[in-house]
Amino acid sequence: MAHALSSLRRPLIGGDKSYSQVTEDICAPLGRRPTRAWYAALAVSVTALLIGAVAVTDQIWTGIGTWGLNKTVGWAFDITNFVFWVGIGHAGTLISAVLFLFRQRWRTSVNRSAEAMTIFAVMCAGVFPLIHMGRPWLAYWVLPYPNPMGPLWVNFRSPLLWDVFAISTYFTVSLVFWYMGLLPDLAVVARRAEGLRKRLFASLSLGWDGSQRTWLHYEKLYLLLAGLATPLVFSVHTIVSFDFATSVIPGWHSTIFPPYFVCGAIFSGFAMVMTLMIIARKVMAFEDYITLAHIDAMCKITLLTSLIVALAYGTEFFMAWYSGNPYERFAFLNRCFGPYRYFFMGMMLCNVAVPQLLWSRRVRTTPGAVFAVSLLINVGMWLERFVIITISLHRDYLTSSWTMYRPTYIEVCTLIGSFGLFLTLFLLFCRFLPMIAISEVKGVLHYARERAGAPHGQ
Amino acid sequence: MANELVAGVFDSEETILAAARAARRAGLPMHDAYTPFAVHGLDRELGLEPSPLGAVCFRFGAAGLVLTLGFQYWASTFDWPMNIGGKSFNASPALVPVAFELTVLCAGIGMVLWFLAKRGLSPLKKPALEALGGVDDRFVLALRRETGGPTGQELRRFLEAQGARDVIDVEAE
Repeated sequence: MAHALSSLRRPLIGGDKSYSQVTEDICAPLGRRPTRAWYAALAVSVTALLIGAVAVTDQIWTGIGTWGLNKTVGWAFDITNFVFWVGIGHAGTLISAVLFLFRQRWRTSVNRSAEAMTIFAVMCAGVFPLIHMGRPWLAYWVLPYPNPMGPLWVNFRSPLLWDVFAISTYFTVSLVFWYMGLLPDLAVVARRAEGLRKRLFASLSLGWDGSQRTWLHYEKLYLLLAGLATPLVFSVHTIVSFDFATSVIPGWHSTIFPPYFVCGAIFSGFAMVMTLMIIARKVMAFEDYITLAHIDAMCKITLLTSLIVALAYGTEFFMAWYSGNPYERFAFLNRCFGPYRYFFMGMMLCNVAVPQLLWSRRVRTTPGAVFAVSLLINVGMWLERFVIITISLHRDYLTSSWTMYRPTYIEVCTLIGSFGLFLTLFLLFCRFLPMIAISEVKGVLHYARERAGAPHGQ
Repeated sequence: MANELVAGVFDSEETILAAARAARRAGLPMHDAYTPFAVHGLDRELGLEPSPLGAVCFRFGAAGLVLTLGFQYWASTFDWPMNIGGKSFNASPALVPVAFELTVLCAGIGMVLWFLAKRGLSPLKKPALEALGGVDDRFVLALRRETGGPTGQELRRFLEAQGARDVIDVEAE
């Protein structure tokens, strides 16, 4: 049946689909055998994961002396990866919560997978502080639990402890938000599945039946969770930035860090969402759901955050000069012209220069070009954390303790392993759960399509 | 036999909304509606009260805030004060981040548990009227047959007149 198109708005979902067709399209990858490309991708990611597992085992067995750290540079690769992965997660919450509150209805096509990315990215991030503890089996010591040592409580005035609470709250709330969003879709999947899979999905959907009484509470729950997740996502990277900002290291001790880090996190997160979405829409044939308009919108947010990050870089330099503090000035000259200058240049190129391409509509609507830009931003944001952390540390107040830091192969393998973990989880997610929020897409299916009152779904 | 449902299966949100409105005007007892997504306005036609989740969320959040602020203050000022660089034990700004995080955590988790308990959602729950496709692509309006009220035949005729593609008698659970 033909739908007249609105003259003011463009439909969010391409094609002219019925409700059952939406279910069919989104659940199709769950029912059929995975493609060869999926197996190939899984093989690569599991290999990377295994490399990481070996590296982590070695670090725990031998101790973190296997890293390239020294007396001056006590924090480098590990925390760089931690901050990088936490940042990646932020786009998921931004899409699912902040865009929900702003009533950006295009988010429905990408929110499910972006939220999944958040969860996987935070898991990857969590691995690094755990390893850094040296004795991860004592990780529960970071929690204030009644103990026979006094009881000796944790130090609530330490930013590292704030991190523990921020990351674990962020992970828990994101997971719950994601699962609640999945409930209606799990019921749909259960309806289509058979045998053991049907029983599994039916129990996971918690007996969801689409009752209006449940929807009533559910919609309120979703709104409130979005309202809670919004300040949460800003608080998480703010607290991560406190790890640095509350210290007295030149290059770290700065009040601009919280907004600067939050923006960088959203910037890198959107780049990662686009990297994965551009592959996924192609491989899973979701071009009608994740349309060029979606990519265009995400590019605009990426461009905006890139500009804010560029402004933050500029402000840091200006303040270093304006403060008149010789150590601060030196830290920033060393950042541009010191031995690690290529990292700095790479960061400026990837985070400030390359994203300017997104001003062009042609670039924004060419998935290949956006993919290339988003990959470079991923690299650039990793470099940014390395630049902030390592370059600020390696030449500190005492010239006699100046040194260089070089990661060992163990550290590089751990980073590879974290990518392996992330991609393995993401591939499994694409295979076993509906990648797009079915019930939400059905809700926006008729957006900007005038309906002639014709019965639907025939 | 007193409580039996007559379910009309509709094809679109517009038709079920119109049917619910007509049923409300006709004073027919409505049991519930089952839809693949939240159909806005349908809750009003069914005469459902607004959700009290806002107040629930606030209470859980407030409890979390008070408990974590109180615990941090007690632990770092009275129970085991630690002298770290001579900083004051009860430095209140330092207690803000953890208190904030746990406020959000308590509000979020508390609200979700309240929702699950309120609607009885659990892995063992059997979905109601599952076979009619209310979770997938159909919009199901379930009317209740009460003693002394309209007969099943009348309800059936009403739903058919509203454009239901199928009308099915169901035993209420």
